[in-house]
Amino acid sequence: MKVNMKGTLLSLMGLGAVLLAGCNDKLAVLDPKGPQAQRQADDTILLITLMSGIVLVVFAMLVFMLIKYRASKQSPDYEPPHIEGHWLVETIMIGIPVIIVIFLSFVSVKSNYIVESIPQGYEDQEPLVIYASSSDWKWHFSYPEQDIETVNYLYIPANRPIEFRLYSFGSITSFWIPQLGGQKYAMSDMVTTLNLAADAPGEFMGRNANFSGRGSAENTFVTTSMTNAKFDEWVEEVHATADPITEEKFEKMLEPGHLGRETYTGTHLEFSPAPHHDHDSSEEDSSVEEHEEHSTK
Amino acid sequence: MGKVNNNVPLEYSTEENNLKIFGFWVFLGAEIMLFGTLFASYFTLSGRTGNGPTGAEIFEITPVLLETFILLASSFTIGLAIHAMRLGSKKATMSFMIITLLLGAAFLSVEIYEFMHYAHIGAGITVSAFTSILLTTLGTHGLHVTFGLLWGTFLVIQIAKRGLTSVTAGKTFIFSLYWHFLDVVWIFIFSFVYLKGMM
Amino acid sequence: MKEFFAQFAIPHPSLLIYIAMASMIIGGIALVAIVTYFKLWGYLWREWITTVDHKKIGIMYLLTALLMLFRGGVDAMMLRMQLAVPDNSFLDAQHYNEVFTTHGVVMILFMAMPFITFFFNYLVPLQIGARDVAFPRLNAISFWLFFMGMGLFNLSFVIGGSPDAGWTSYFPLASNEFSTSVGTNYYMISLQIAGLGTLITGINFITTIMKMRAPGMTLFKMPMFTWSALIANLIIVFAFPVLTVALAMGTLDRLFGTQFFTMDNGGMDMLWANLFWVWGHPEVYILILPAFGLFSEIITTFARRNLYGYNSMVWSMLMISVFSFAVWTHHFFTMGQGALTNSIFSITTMAIAIPTGVKIFNWILTLYKGKIVITTPMLYALHFLPLFTLGGVTGVMLAMSAADYQYHNTMFLVAHFHNVIIPGVVYAMLGGLTFYWPKMFGFMLNEKIGKATVWVMSTGFLLAFMPMYITGLDGQARRMYTYSESTGFSLLNMVSFIGAGLMTVSFLMLVWNIWYSFKNSSRDISSDPWDARGLEWATHTPVPVYNFAIVPNLEKGSPEAFWDAKKNGVELFKGKIEDIHMPNNSGQPFIMSIFFFIAGFAMVFSMWPMAIFGLIGVLATMAVRSLEDDHGYHIHAHEVEETEKSYDKGGAK
Repeated sequence: MKVNMKGTLLSLMGLGAVLLAGCNDKLAVLDPKGPQAQRQADDTILLITLMSGIVLVVFAMLVFMLIKYRASKQSPDYEPPHIEGHWLVETIMIGIPVIIVIFLSFVSVKSNYIVESIPQGYEDQEPLVIYASSSDWKWHFSYPEQDIETVNYLYIPANRPIEFRLYSFGSITSFWIPQLGGQKYAMSDMVTTLNLAADAPGEFMGRNANFSGRGSAENTFVTTSMTNAKFDEWVEEVHATADPITEEKFEKMLEPGHLGRETYTGTHLEFSPAPHHDHDSSEEDSSVEEHEEHSTK
Repeated sequence: MGKVNNNVPLEYSTEENNLKIFGFWVFLGAEIMLFGTLFASYFTLSGRTGNGPTGAEIFEITPVLLETFILLASSFTIGLAIHAMRLGSKKATMSFMIITLLLGAAFLSVEIYEFMHYAHIGAGITVSAFTSILLTTLGTHGLHVTFGLLWGTFLVIQIAKRGLTSVTAGKTFIFSLYWHFLDVVWIFIFSFVYLKGMM
Repeated sequence: MKEFFAQFAIPHPSLLIYIAMASMIIGGIALVAIVTYFKLWGYLWREWITTVDHKKIGIMYLLTALLMLFRGGVDAMMLRMQLAVPDNSFLDAQHYNEVFTTHGVVMILFMAMPFITFFFNYLVPLQIGARDVAFPRLNAISFWLFFMGMGLFNLSFVIGGSPDAGWTSYFPLASNEFSTSVGTNYYMISLQIAGLGTLITGINFITTIMKMRAPGMTLFKMPMFTWSALIANLIIVFAFPVLTVALAMGTLDRLFGTQFFTMDNGGMDMLWANLFWVWGHPEVYILILPAFGLFSEIITTFARRNLYGYNSMVWSMLMISVFSFAVWTHHFFTMGQGALTNSIFSITTMAIAIPTGVKIFNWILTLYKGKIVITTPMLYALHFLPLFTLGGVTGVMLAMSAADYQYHNTMFLVAHFHNVIIPGVVYAMLGGLTFYWPKMFGFMLNEKIGKATVWVMSTGFLLAFMPMYITGLDGQARRMYTYSESTGFSLLNMVSFIGAGLMTVSFLMLVWNIWYSFKNSSRDISSDPWDARGLEWATHTPVPVYNFAIVPNLEKGSPEAFWDAKKNGVELFKGKIEDIHMPNNSGQPFIMSIFFFIAGFAMVFSMWPMAIFGLIGVLATMAVRSLEDDHGYHIHAHEVEETEKSYDKGGAK
């Protein structure tokens, strides 16, 4: 059995090494490029640290018991005692987890409000509104302010808060750019809001994270953040070169399948507006049912 | 099972009956969850009428009141049936059971009329989320009543054939629990679906 | 005519499916041939199909669970094989979707559920000193309804096409518009039928435990597994009706064009997600609580000590069961319900970690001052403790709603729930199976192979699932049928595949162990081969049909009644042997369930006359039962005495 113990320890150490190696490689979630993702990465690191501590304590206790109280280490006529439990031990056993949960609850609530509001450091700016809608299996990005629509790629100005308004033309999808922040669902009968911002120019992978049928694995897009000047340049260029989007073209685009990158002037919101049941994330409702009643008003 | 306790009502006289009555209460707990889920869904969807009519537009007070009175009356008569059973009167028990079942059938007839009326005025089950949940909730209750009618009929046959034994008494008592439960559900439907919808 | 048969064809066939189809048909014919050749039909009908004995019904649950473990396992291997290398073409997207859907449904509902129900059936009456469950006939109905649901679901594979919308079957993806085959009809209807069986099990076991305990066994003298069974069955009774309603709505949407979860006319896709998880979250506690109960039995036996903190174990389970109904929203923090709702559900979810932690510490403290013997069941338990803790703490990570925006729908989540379900539920099932094997079948499983199995399984488990935590944080979404080389996921997915392969090896070792032990193990074992503690060990091996010749008396007992009897000389069986009343066998449950199957199959394909025929059949069997006058039979005292003597002669204690 000694060999087995060693085996366990070795495999655990091996695992730790793999995990660390992975972290060095900068996993997308742990390589944030915006304030929201930063907050989530910080929480993740905090959690991994704290949870490793808990796991270590449990391991240590278990290993101690296994080494000390093995039958092979005791006299054959040893009779283990009958122990019912002790109030102090049980208080500690409940107390410490309670303290940890209370601490994490504070962190969790704070983070919730942070990721749901305008990214920290950019509160003074007016967010750029982009509608991101999904159809099988494409992403349509509408820029009402710039009067532009793109398919399967997203250009955003760096250092400016972006307010994504998400909805879907079919199944539930989940809009996710890991390096800028966590995901949110896009659904057919309401609009959800996701606040993100990029701290610097760069290219980030984006995808639909929610299973939506045959093409959902390839339901991806690339996000490029650029300086304000470059962004304005791009907007002008689009207006100079791209064709206007028409209802006919748009209907054709909605058919199930995959498309490459496409660029249009105008947005589909003019002839195919977003669902009006608004699901503003700043609303403070205590239950889903109640919420639905609100949104139907 | 062989042991019969004469100090308690007939339906509780055997161990087997005790188990069955207890088990049936647990089943009613599950039924409460079933109807509770339907009600929760109803409240969630009741405003989502799409292009279809709202509750206020389709509900009519007359058939609903009629259904309510019939079902309440049947709840009273099934209570009388149990009372008669405890007094040991086979004939009275059967009479009140049959009256209960007839009232149940009357309730069902009115409900079928109501459903046909809804379909007729363009509020069929496929019209909107609201009509779907409305008719599903009512229909689930209606199916329970239908099942109760079949069940009750077979009970009457058994009482007629075997008299009031611990077996038939236990079954009849459980049936009465079921019937009262359906009545309680209907009171909720009446208050929170119809009255609330008409206001 | 041609159209009629065309609807049964697989809409998206492949060579693999045809091979599976052929092997299923050949296997079926072979089975029928064997049964006929050995003239076993009568035996099967008399001893198994019509049985109402909780032990036999339990064993039928066990066989079904093992069969489904095999099917779900093959599904899992196919998934891992497809993802082992980037841009693989072993499965196409549609097949991958079907395979992960059936993997999920089969493993949760047709493997884990029958496995725990097997333990409910086999152990609960023995642990409370009862002759059978409260309603033996209903128990048979439960099994056959579950079995027909299982059969119907598996039929989808060869007739009409498998469901492809994920085991969660979210609408509108699961609507006719996006899920065009009849697969999702199968999902809705087969789960409905099996779920009805489960609900009946719940009612039956609550009544059994509340009303049929041996004299003197108060609630707080119940063995820990019975406590866990009671609480799990309470959750079943309160959670399954929610699934019933959700499935009914889904069925109505798909078959009758109602507007519950549609995209216009007021339909609301999130309602499905809410209802599904109002059932779905308690469902995972239905699975894990009995697993906790089994580990409590195993750990106390092999630590040779009583359970530390019995009362806090019970209260923590009660806490978990209450909280299990208050956390469902954490399955979709990203649905946009706002910071306040997410905060509330984040806190309730984390709060569940407290009672769960209490249990972990109680088990560890049970080892304190013990005399730990490492046997195969104990090894499962000792691997469970650290691995489950790992799964638990990643659960706390997922409970942090803001951070969950990054973990949701990724392989991180997949790693987490396998990390709790495999070391939690599967290890408990296999450990429990090894532990109770001698009680059921009269011989021990080989310890050497058994221990090796555990080590291979844990190694495979770690290799298969630890990499997923990492790829998840690197942006690999779940349910993706492929990925490109440039994502950098390939190495870790290959490691996962190897791990899955090792797990497969470990399951084959388990099968081999059963065969090997069947051939080689001694049949001359006592009725208490593990030196165990619970009342279930106080009867003979194999257990006689009436369980206990004399109903045990626990006036002076404790949760470890048998230990008290062995070590402290507490007399459990007082009085003399009397006539024992037993229920009669009946073919009605089986026949009624066949009608359910016919109705269900017909509804999948909207064949209404046949569906109505099936439903009338169901009502007709109920009517027959209603008018039947069945009082069971008696085993007379002298017959019981003879049986008891035969055990004394046979060498068993």
